[in-house]
Amino acid sequence: MSAPFYVSPEQIMADKAEFSRKGIARGKSIIAAEYSEGVLLVAENATSLSKIGEIYDRIAFAGVGKFSEFDQLRKGGVRYADTKGYAYSREDVGGKALANEYSRVIGEAFTRDPKPLEIEIIVAEVGDDRWDDDCRNRLYRVTFDGFISEHSRFCVIGGNVDDVEGVMSGEYEEGMEVGSILRLGVRALEGGADRTSSLDESSLEVSIMRSAKRGRKFERLSVEQVRDLLTN
Amino acid sequence: MVANRSMPTNTVMEGSVRLNAQYNGSSFFDLLRIEHPHLLPDEAVWSQAALESIPHGTTVLSMKCADGVVVAGDRLATAGHSVASRDVVKVFATDNYSCMAISGAAGPAIEMARVLSVELEHYEKIEGQALELEGKANKLSQMLRQNLPAAMQGLAVVPLFAGFDSRRKTGRLWKFDITGGRYEETEFDATGSGGIYARETLKQFWRPDITRAESVVLAVRALTAAADEDRATGGVDLERGIYPVIKICSGDGVEDGVESEIEEAYRSVVSERRNGEARA
Repeated sequence: MSAPFYVSPEQIMADKAEFSRKGIARGKSIIAAEYSEGVLLVAENATSLSKIGEIYDRIAFAGVGKFSEFDQLRKGGVRYADTKGYAYSREDVGGKALANEYSRVIGEAFTRDPKPLEIEIIVAEVGDDRWDDDCRNRLYRVTFDGFISEHSRFCVIGGNVDDVEGVMSGEYEEGMEVGSILRLGVRALEGGADRTSSLDESSLEVSIMRSAKRGRKFERLSVEQVRDLLTN
Repeated sequence: MVANRSMPTNTVMEGSVRLNAQYNGSSFFDLLRIEHPHLLPDEAVWSQAALESIPHGTTVLSMKCADGVVVAGDRLATAGHSVASRDVVKVFATDNYSCMAISGAAGPAIEMARVLSVELEHYEKIEGQALELEGKANKLSQMLRQNLPAAMQGLAVVPLFAGFDSRRKTGRLWKFDITGGRYEETEFDATGSGGIYARETLKQFWRPDITRAESVVLAVRALTAAADEDRATGGVDLERGIYPVIKICSGDGVEDGVESEIEEAYRSVVSERRNGEARA
């Protein structure tokens, strides 16, 4: 009878992390950023398979890596939010609790499953300007191992995060208009990858959440709207 | 809308995200039935004797107009021979382009409207695309079918569903029976205790080319006629400032009828009646 190989826990975790990181770095980046009216999310994506999605009234989701995996997480989030909003009230559905849930689920999968998830996600929550206690925007990032972090101003996942963050932190200003923040986001995405052509409206997926909008704040911008904002 | 009790009980706490959920479809109603049956009503122990004690909604109507479709309902809810509420709302926007009006047992009916509106939003978010109007009406039929055991015990829900069909560029409306039977109406319909009187008025005055403003007046006229003949229908209560709820579904979405407009319509209906004339 052959004895099973001993592999130290450190080695298992390091191997899994290495595996996930490789998968995620191959993809393209997504940026979520605060601007004068709320939160904007922009991704390089020329397909109709969305990487950015609506979870609830004030909450949006963005994912990079393996599509089937992050899309399953997105759907899980919608089920969680709709059930909670139905059982309690719409205002009881918050981004922090959801981000924590994602962190738990992704972290559990990382330690338990032989193959960890090859994804990274953003949970973005826009403040509501009616409520004194809830008027701030919140940006959470959850990585493949369940590590959760909160960011102010902007948050980047996927691709070459350091280069994209470099451009963002160099040029970001408080209270930027929707057009300026989108153009900055596009410059940052372009700076994060070697490419021969520049990004235009047909290769971008853009969504916004405005704090002054009532009800469901998530809006997907059309190709025409993105073109107008880029050329202004 | 009763939870499926024959399912194995593996109720999931509502506060958790799951990667390996039992239910992976795009329906919120089915998600509740399969994963959270405790959130749906359990009418297994309902007694007929309690029927008189719960509020019932009375008259609601819907008609096509040039811009789309109009849905209206009075504000009275009755429990037996008593007034349960004078300002209950029986017409709900279920999403940007559709409305549901309810008559019958108010509790289950209002809850059904709530589940339907979450259902439509849920489907749109999961699938990334909204249901077609007919798909929405069909989903309501399925929910009514699930409610049949409760309906047989007296907790019947009899809704109207109407909305703007963005593909066909027209308003459409459906009536339902307690078994989930779904019947599309091409002109108008009314249901509830005063529905028969409202329908008579609609039959008399409705025309295919009726404008949006005229249809609001006609809705008030029909509800006023129903309130005249049926003691359980509320009509317009000028004294307390309680007006029927009127919603208009058009290509621009669902809009609420303005109270001042409804009040004016009511005054013109009353004065015409006093002068012995009647126009739509």
